[in-house]
Amino acid sequence: MPLYLNDEQQMLRDTAKDFIAEHAPVSHLRKLRDENNADGLSRDLWKSFAEMGFTGMLMSEADGGLGLGHVEAGVLLEEIGRNLSPSPFLTTAVAAVEALKGTSHAARYFPGILSGDTIAALAIDETAKHRDAISLKAERSGNGFKLQGKKQFVTHGHIADLIIVAARTAGSADDAQGITLFALDKGAAGLTANAERLADSSLAARLDFDGLEVDADAVIGEIDAGADPLGRLLRAGRTGAAAESLGVGAGAMDMTVGYLKERKQFGVTIGSFQALQHRAAHLYSEMEVARAAVMKAAQLLDAGSRQADDAVSVAKAMTTLATTLSVQESVQMHGGIGMTDEYDIGFYMKRARVLAEMFGDASFHADKIARAAGY
Amino acid sequence: MTDTNLETFRTETRAWLAENCPPEMREPVRSDKDAVWGGRDQSMLTPAQKTWMDKMAAKGWTVPDWPKAYGGGGLSPAETKILREEMAAIRARNPLNSFGISMLGPALLKYGTEEQKLNHLTKIARGEIRWCQGYSEPNAGSDLAALATSAEDKGDHYLVNGQKVWTSYADKADWIFCLVRTDKTTKQGGISFVLFDMASEGVSTKPILLISGYSPFCETFMDNVKVPKENLVHEENKGWDVAKYLLGHEREMISGMGLASSGGNPLIDGAIATVGLDHDGRLADPLLRASIALFEVRSKAFGMMSERFIDELKAGRAHPAQPSMMKYYGTELNKSRYELMMAAGGSDALEWESEASSGGGTPRAWLRTKANSIEGGTSEVQLNIIAKRILELPSA
Repeated sequence: MPLYLNDEQQMLRDTAKDFIAEHAPVSHLRKLRDENNADGLSRDLWKSFAEMGFTGMLMSEADGGLGLGHVEAGVLLEEIGRNLSPSPFLTTAVAAVEALKGTSHAARYFPGILSGDTIAALAIDETAKHRDAISLKAERSGNGFKLQGKKQFVTHGHIADLIIVAARTAGSADDAQGITLFALDKGAAGLTANAERLADSSLAARLDFDGLEVDADAVIGEIDAGADPLGRLLRAGRTGAAAESLGVGAGAMDMTVGYLKERKQFGVTIGSFQALQHRAAHLYSEMEVARAAVMKAAQLLDAGSRQADDAVSVAKAMTTLATTLSVQESVQMHGGIGMTDEYDIGFYMKRARVLAEMFGDASFHADKIARAAGY
Repeated sequence: MTDTNLETFRTETRAWLAENCPPEMREPVRSDKDAVWGGRDQSMLTPAQKTWMDKMAAKGWTVPDWPKAYGGGGLSPAETKILREEMAAIRARNPLNSFGISMLGPALLKYGTEEQKLNHLTKIARGEIRWCQGYSEPNAGSDLAALATSAEDKGDHYLVNGQKVWTSYADKADWIFCLVRTDKTTKQGGISFVLFDMASEGVSTKPILLISGYSPFCETFMDNVKVPKENLVHEENKGWDVAKYLLGHEREMISGMGLASSGGNPLIDGAIATVGLDHDGRLADPLLRASIALFEVRSKAFGMMSERFIDELKAGRAHPAQPSMMKYYGTELNKSRYELMMAAGGSDALEWESEASSGGGTPRAWLRTKANSIEGGTSEVQLNIIAKRILELPSA
C-alpha cells in the first residue's frame, strides 16, 4: 500500500478541513476559554460530528458506522489539531470504540456514540508521567468488584457519560497481565471527579475511586485479560494523539510561514532573511518526517501488522519532537506578538505541550523502542 | 495490475530470489570494497558478486523500473516496491551500485536521444560501464553554475579544456558525464552536458587524500580532449536543466545514506558490545542509551519518510524540490549516527589500523560522513532550496 492518502481519503480530508475550519476554528476554542466554559467543549459540536458520521468512523457498517480505519481517523484528527478544536473525538470515537469493539459493551455504548450523545473518558494514568503500570485496585465484592484508588489526566472525565477504567485485579503494578478494564456510567456512587483546568484551557479530571461498587457486567472483555482491550485502546490513542499533534505542529508552521511573508522590518519582508529561512526549512523537514511516521503507524494498525507497536511509538515520539520544535520556532519567529494572548500562536504551544504528555511523551516511547530492540 | 496479479508477482519473485541470490550476497556489506560497482575491469569481483549482478541484470532487475528496451525490468511502481520488499526480506544486497543507475540514467531517460539511451543505458544496466560525474570545479562548488571548463565548437566535436574536482572514483570510472561551458557570456545559460570516455586522449586523474586516509575523490584534468558532438545530451547551452534534474536524483541517492542498513544495527550492537546490558536488559550507560534511543526515533521515522517519498515520487505526487529535504535530513542523520557509533565504540573505535577494527572501518567511515552534508549541494544550499521552492519564501 503506498504511503500517501488515496483518492477517498483525500476527499475525506477536504471534507474534514472545511467542516472543522467552519464549525470549530481557533476562535471557537478562544470563546470557550473566555467564557470559562465548565464543560470545556461544545456538545452541539459533538452532535454535528455525529451528523457527519464522524463519531462512527471506526465502527463497522454493521454497527452503523463508516467502517473506516486509523488513517481516516488520523485525517480528521489532524484537522482537529490544526484548528485546536476541543473535541471528545480522540477519547470517544477512537480510543473507547477500539477498546469496546468486539465486546458485549459495543451494543450498549455504540448507539450513544453514533448519535453524538455519549462522551467517553479514559481513566488510565495514575502518575504525572504516563506509564505502562496500573495499580488502582479492583477487588471482588459480591456479584461484582470494588474499586479503590486514583486516576489523573482524565480528559473530559468530569462530564463523561462513559468512563473506561484500567484496574488491577491480579499481580502487581508493572505486570502486563492481571489488568481488568471496566466500563462505568456517569454518576457512579463512590466516584469523585475534580476537573482541573490545564495550560491549554482544556479540562482533565482527577478521579478518586473510594470503594466504588460495580457489577461484573461492567467488565470489558475478560477478567484479568484487560491487556488486550487496553492495548487496542492505547495503540489507537497514541496514533490518534500523534495525528492531532501533527496537526498542531503543521498549523503553527503554516501560520508562521505566512507571517514571514507578511511582516516587514528593515524595509523588507522578514521571510527574505536567510537566518529565518533556514529555521523554517529545517522545521518543514522535521514535520514531513513526522507526517510519514503518523501515516505509517496508522496503515500498520489498519493492516493488523505485528510491526504496528514499534511504528506507533515512532509516530508518537517523532510528532512530539517535531511539533515541540514547531511551536517553539513559531513563537520565536513571530517575535513579540507571539507572546500576546490576543494572537493565536500561543494556543498552539499550549496544546502541543498537553498532547506531548498524552499517552506517553517522546522519552517514554523512545524507551519502549529501545526495549523492543533489546537494549 | 490487480491485487491478485501483484500477489502472484510477489510469490514468483520470492521464489526466484530464494533460488538465485547467492548466500554470500545476503550478508551485510562490510566495507566500500565489498560493494559491487561494475565497469570494464571486473577482475576484483568475487564469483558470488559476479553471479548475483549478472542474474539480476539478465532479468532487468538492476534497474527494475527502467523500460525493457534499455535493459530494465519494465516493472510498475507497485511491482518495483514488491521486488524491493522481497529483497529486503532475505537481506539481499544491492546487485550493482552505480552512478549510472542513480544519476545519469534518469537524466538520459528524460533528455537523451534514442541512440544515447540504447547505447549507454543498456551498458549501465548490465554493469559494463562505470560512470563518474564531472560537476564541481576549484572555483565552482556551491556556486556550481560558475564552472569554467570550456568546450570549444570544432565542427564535428568539442575541444574540452579545464579541471574538475571532487570527482568520485574518477580513477576507476570508464566514462564521465560532465558539465562544460559552451557560452561565456551568460552563466546558467552557457552550460552544456556532455559524455566522454575517460580513456580519451588528454584526460588525467589525481586522487585526493582525505581525512579518512582514503581517496574516493579525484581531481580530473581535461587537456584538449575531443568530445564528439553526438555525445551532447539535450541541446547546447541547456545543460543546466539536465544538471538540476540529475542533482535531484543524486540527492535522493545520498539521502539513502541516512537509512539504517538492512542487516542488524551496528550502532546498537556496538554499544552493547562496549558498555553491556544491565540486569533489566538495558544498556548499562543510561545517557548513551537515551541518546541512541532518541536517535533511533528519528532514524526509523526517516525510513518511513523514505518509503513515503519513493511512493510519492513514483506516483508523480512529490514536490519537485522534495529531494532537497531528503538530502538534508538523511545526511545530517547519517552524521549523527556515526557520531553516536564513535561514542558507543569508545577507544576501540579509535583504532585506525588494527584487525579488531577491520582496518579502522568505523573511524574512517565516521570521517567520510562529514562530506555527506557538503557533497551534492551543502545542507545550507538544500535549506535555501526548501525555503524558496517549497515554502515560497521571498528572495533577499
